[in-house]
Amino acid sequence: MIPASFDYHRPGTLDEAIGLLSRHGADAKVLSGGMSLLPALKLRLGSCGHLIDIGRIPGLEYVKEDGGTLRIGAGTRQCVLAQSEIINSRYGVLADAVPLIADPLVRNRGTFGGNVANGDPANDGPAIVIALGAELVARGPQGERTIAANRFYKDLFVTALAPDEILTEIRVPLPPPRSGSAYRKLKRKTGDYAAAASAVQVTLDARGAVQRACIALTNAGPTPIEAVQGSRFLEGKSPDEKTIAEAARLAATAAAPSADRRGSVEYKREMARVLTARALKAALERAGGN
Amino acid sequence: MKHKINVTVNGAAQELEVESRLLLVHLLREDLRLTGTHIGCDTSHCGVCTVLLDGQPVKSCTVLAVQTDGCKVSTVEGLESGGKLHPIQEAFTEKHALQCGYCTPGMLMTCSALLERSKNPSEQEIRQAISGNLCRCTGYLNIVKAVQHAAQKIGGAP
Repeated sequence: MIPASFDYHRPGTLDEAIGLLSRHGADAKVLSGGMSLLPALKLRLGSCGHLIDIGRIPGLEYVKEDGGTLRIGAGTRQCVLAQSEIINSRYGVLADAVPLIADPLVRNRGTFGGNVANGDPANDGPAIVIALGAELVARGPQGERTIAANRFYKDLFVTALAPDEILTEIRVPLPPPRSGSAYRKLKRKTGDYAAAASAVQVTLDARGAVQRACIALTNAGPTPIEAVQGSRFLEGKSPDEKTIAEAARLAATAAAPSADRRGSVEYKREMARVLTARALKAALERAGGN
Repeated sequence: MKHKINVTVNGAAQELEVESRLLLVHLLREDLRLTGTHIGCDTSHCGVCTVLLDGQPVKSCTVLAVQTDGCKVSTVEGLESGGKLHPIQEAFTEKHALQCGYCTPGMLMTCSALLERSKNPSEQEIRQAISGNLCRCTGYLNIVKAVQHAAQKIGGAP
């Protein structure tokens, strides 16, 4: 399969890339790792007149903590994220999820920023950044702005990014003490999208009750789903088996999946419940271990 | 629109003119006649088109040729040196790690990259590394054995 004809640009700086986007507007697409975009262009699910390759722009690939914030450069390849000591020691939800994205060869090219900015609810990044309470940094002709992850996803493949904006960084507030996060995903095989998956982060208070919880679901609707009811239910409660089960049940009611080869609506909602309960248990265990 | 690119393919510098939408796998197979790299699913699932891009295994059906400007590409044709097969190629024949052979070039590239970074990979490490390369004949058992055998040949294991 060959994509429809387009012109290819490889800007050397972000400003140059934004200039190209301003000039070509909706007829341009941003190419990062290309692991979602190139198959879409090949299958002719999408097309564009201009492809703006930001993959060689220096300074977009980093993972660092400073001033109470984890900063992930949007161009950070998933294989690099998987090796990060910072991620593997303190951000359980990412450490769980990254090795489950697609397959190792795809992770050698695919970037975390691309996974987040693509606006595909079947990608793992979107639910994760919501669960972590992340802010997404967008750069456009007017400069930089930040968008809360839970306000970023508008509809299927529709995000808060303007056509001339580029996602440059994912900012995650450092989890407070007694926090834990986890990701649990069900997929039919390596390389497949999730039949259902759940990203959670919890913070306990000094007495061991849940102070704050955030549950977000992957591939459970046209956007990643923040399961607010399930999260709120946990807060202030001591997280015993029954509480976890009820929170997971409430979280699954937020799921609005569609039936496909991965299963029926009922099956996917049930799996969202089961995976949320498992993710909560893992996250709570990690929070207790802090 | 055409773009001039400089790519090193199996050690040989190439100056080429490519259309924006030309895929790396087509550049290799059609322009350079390196037909050892196969096309399978053509949607970045099966891994038969795997080549090394700057030493890392990638699916060449999902990389634009123009993206490889200034990079090094290695294909299965570049594995042997001076008429001698690479230890992973020898190991695949000795351990019967293929039947129809369709996945083999991609599998060899992924496995050779694994052996570059891990001298004595465990079974789990091998299975993880090849999880993006599908084989419908072998059940993977002999592929895992071949990688371990190749590791011994290279001298990483006692």
